[in-house]
Amino acid sequence: MEIPGGARGTPPPHPLSLRKMEDIVTRIQDEKAGGVAIRTVKSFLSKIPSVVSGADIVQWLMKNLSIEDPAEAIHLGSLIAAHGYIFPINDHVLTLKDDGTLYRFQSPYFWPSNCWEPENTDYAIYLCKRTMQNKARLELADYEAENLARLQRAFARKWEFIFMQAEAQVKIDRKKDKAERKILDSQERAFWDVHRPVPGCVNTTEMDIRKCRREKNPHRVKKSVYGVPDDGQSQPSPVHVSSQPARKPTREDVQKEITFLNTQLDRHCMKVSKVADSLMTYTEQFLEYDPFVSAVDPSIPWITDDTTFWDLEASREPSQQRVKKWGFSLEEALKDPAGRDQFLKFLESEFSSENLRFWLAVQDMKRRPHQEVSSRAQEIWQEFLAEGAPSSINLDSHSYERTSQNLKDPGRYSYEDAQDHIFQLMKSDSYARFLRSNIYQDLLLARKKVSYTHTPRSLICTALTHSSRFTGQSTFLPSPMVMSFG
Amino acid sequence: MSQDPLEGCRISAGKKSAVSLGKALHPPNLLVVVEGTCGACVAASPVSAPEGSCSYNVAHHHLCVCVRVCMAWQGLQKGETLASLKQESENLRRKLEEERGKLTDVELHQVAEKVETVAALSIKTRRVLKGHGNKVLSMDWCKDKRRLVSSSQDGKVIVWDAFTLNKEHGITLPCTWVMACAYAPSGCAVACGGLDNKCSVVPLSLDRNENVTAKKKSVAMHTNYVSGCSFTNSDMQLLTSSGDGTCALWDVESGQLLQSFHGHTADVLSLDLAPSETGNTFVSGGCDMKANVWDMRSGQNIQSFDNHQSDINCVKYYPSGDAFASASDDATCRFYDLRADREVAVYQKDSIIFGASSVDFSLSGRLLFAGYNDYTINVWDVLKGTRVSVLFGHENRVSRVRVSPDGTALCSASWDNTLRVSRT
Repeated sequence: MEIPGGARGTPPPHPLSLRKMEDIVTRIQDEKAGGVAIRTVKSFLSKIPSVVSGADIVQWLMKNLSIEDPAEAIHLGSLIAAHGYIFPINDHVLTLKDDGTLYRFQSPYFWPSNCWEPENTDYAIYLCKRTMQNKARLELADYEAENLARLQRAFARKWEFIFMQAEAQVKIDRKKDKAERKILDSQERAFWDVHRPVPGCVNTTEMDIRKCRREKNPHRVKKSVYGVPDDGQSQPSPVHVSSQPARKPTREDVQKEITFLNTQLDRHCMKVSKVADSLMTYTEQFLEYDPFVSAVDPSIPWITDDTTFWDLEASREPSQQRVKKWGFSLEEALKDPAGRDQFLKFLESEFSSENLRFWLAVQDMKRRPHQEVSSRAQEIWQEFLAEGAPSSINLDSHSYERTSQNLKDPGRYSYEDAQDHIFQLMKSDSYARFLRSNIYQDLLLARKKVSYTHTPRSLICTALTHSSRFTGQSTFLPSPMVMSFG
Repeated sequence: MSQDPLEGCRISAGKKSAVSLGKALHPPNLLVVVEGTCGACVAASPVSAPEGSCSYNVAHHHLCVCVRVCMAWQGLQKGETLASLKQESENLRRKLEEERGKLTDVELHQVAEKVETVAALSIKTRRVLKGHGNKVLSMDWCKDKRRLVSSSQDGKVIVWDAFTLNKEHGITLPCTWVMACAYAPSGCAVACGGLDNKCSVVPLSLDRNENVTAKKKSVAMHTNYVSGCSFTNSDMQLLTSSGDGTCALWDVESGQLLQSFHGHTADVLSLDLAPSETGNTFVSGGCDMKANVWDMRSGQNIQSFDNHQSDINCVKYYPSGDAFASASDDATCRFYDLRADREVAVYQKDSIIFGASSVDFSLSGRLLFAGYNDYTINVWDVLKGTRVSVLFGHENRVSRVRVSPDGTALCSASWDNTLRVSRT
């Protein structure tokens, strides 16, 4: 259906779901256009005007909204009822049943989209007038009687006024036609069932506070259900802060837009077919690791109450399946603390660990509190890039120039270029060799096991309560203790 | 090109006139109204030049150019009006749409036809976390895969061991509607914020007797409610989104603002960091119906997507970081690929008419869990675009869904005051 909206960039009136429900109930009532037959049902000595059965509504929903499961249709129907668009004629609880229970449609006057926020004075008048009419069908339910008692106490001083208003309403109602009155009474009752729901039922008028500001009626002009003039004593709802009027775009805004759009036009993008293949490949690769799709071994803790699965993950003895993941990409290998350690071990065996240590040191530096970043940056320079550095890394002259410039005003991103360059280097060179190495292959084919001491969580937490999280070791070797939660 | 609107016009010497106007450039869309009294006639009569044309014969009048026109002109530079800029912007937008359209050689769900269908899922609730006294608005998992933090409308933040249902910490904030909460990567602190316009970090003590609330530290300060927060790769930086239309990156220790992100034209409701070790980007979504991708280093908006027709309530990256999904009040969830710079899938059904509040991917990215305002969670096949399963159980809106860090379980938070942990 057409979603009502404003000009570009303007969201539609809130909330959309109300509009959609209104569209649905309008269609259901349109018998000529495939809607449900609304009829008068004979019951004992009386007639029940203008009703449909719950089953009919469920059928209509299934057919017209392509719903296969009746449970889904009942759920949606119950929500439409809970918002007050349809209601059972004999129950205060607003749900839909898939049987012969009779339902009536709410008058558009009482629809939620009219921004009703009825006051307690109105509710008091309503309950009061119900007690004045001598009809079994208008008897108050227990919770309503309790509400009335509470309101009588709260409005003790102006009860005479409320009583008079209620009497006036009764007079007005008496003038109406009998059948019409039945319908109107039930619709009025349904209205109050939405705004003063049965205890335990969801109050569907509750709003998400983040969306309140853009309500159709932002100033919440309180209109009374029974025409009672607002005596000015009602407090404006604290929730409804007035929203700032939407700022009109200035020339600067549009100029920024133009610059942005030009950048986007210059961007080199991939074809959808290519990215689709890439997404599929990634998903396929990780499908066996996805506990929602594939069976995992050992069993999931949430079902069996057995935490072996987690203990194994935390231990530094990686399974073959986990080791296999390190082979997917350098990123995956570095993401896993065990993978990181094995890669480092391999590089050390080749006496070429400075690249990885540099990369890890920069990662560590970026995670530091702001005031420590500068000094760490200098330390990294001394260790890896300065003349005669102990762990000298090989940077191309361009990156080296850029980096030394950045170091004049050291910050968190001073080494971005260098880190990127080193990462690519590792990826194309040492990572490939790592995957072919004995260290990796032994683990992958489970020829050997890794041995590490298992560090319990509590120790890690105590060590980290201090602001200087990472123990400052001059060789920038990652401490196994720290990396457990990396 | 510029034309002197007073060309062909003889200004009587001695009369006060804004002849400098003649030097100003004449924009094509501007209607020039030149007013003044004719030195010869008695009555003042406005003389206007129709759009485009600039030469008009006023040789027989002695005109004193109205200062009003002059001032209006001086406000314009380089012949550009707001109208012409808007036109240029529209043209570029159309061109961009055309260019991107050329790259859409196939739909994702078509390519995914050759992929095996996901087997029917039977997801059951395994834990129900009861304890909040009001709507649960947000939650976040701890990296240890079993603990989580949740926040509520009544100002309470609870840290749970979801596995044992044990409540480990309770934090009371002085405001209601705590809409954002996050667990620190170390597991030793949580961040929370909401209607107080702040985001605070609370270190978690192992000593059960210690009053955790007392150690709360304000880090982020916004000028409107805080809608979302997330730690970066470390406990030391916090990223926040706010109803004031901005996102911001903060240094936790000093509370210093490291970078702010401007570009949304309405409340920002959600943000998510790219899941890369070296990543420096994040995505945000808001009430301006846009999802924006940002560079954390420069504060620049790198990409933008405006396919939704109502507020975007939640954004979440696909596990590889090359794509992300969004949930909106327009009752749809959408999937965008960053390399194609395009929306590549829409997840919707005729029977789903309530807004989607939250989304998260399963570990492989094959499934998308989406929580809705109709109290349900729909599970979508990301590649094929079909719905795999629908979960009932909550008795009010689902406000947040999050898959645990090892992908073993789904936690959902709801306005029914509970959290549920579910899995197949």
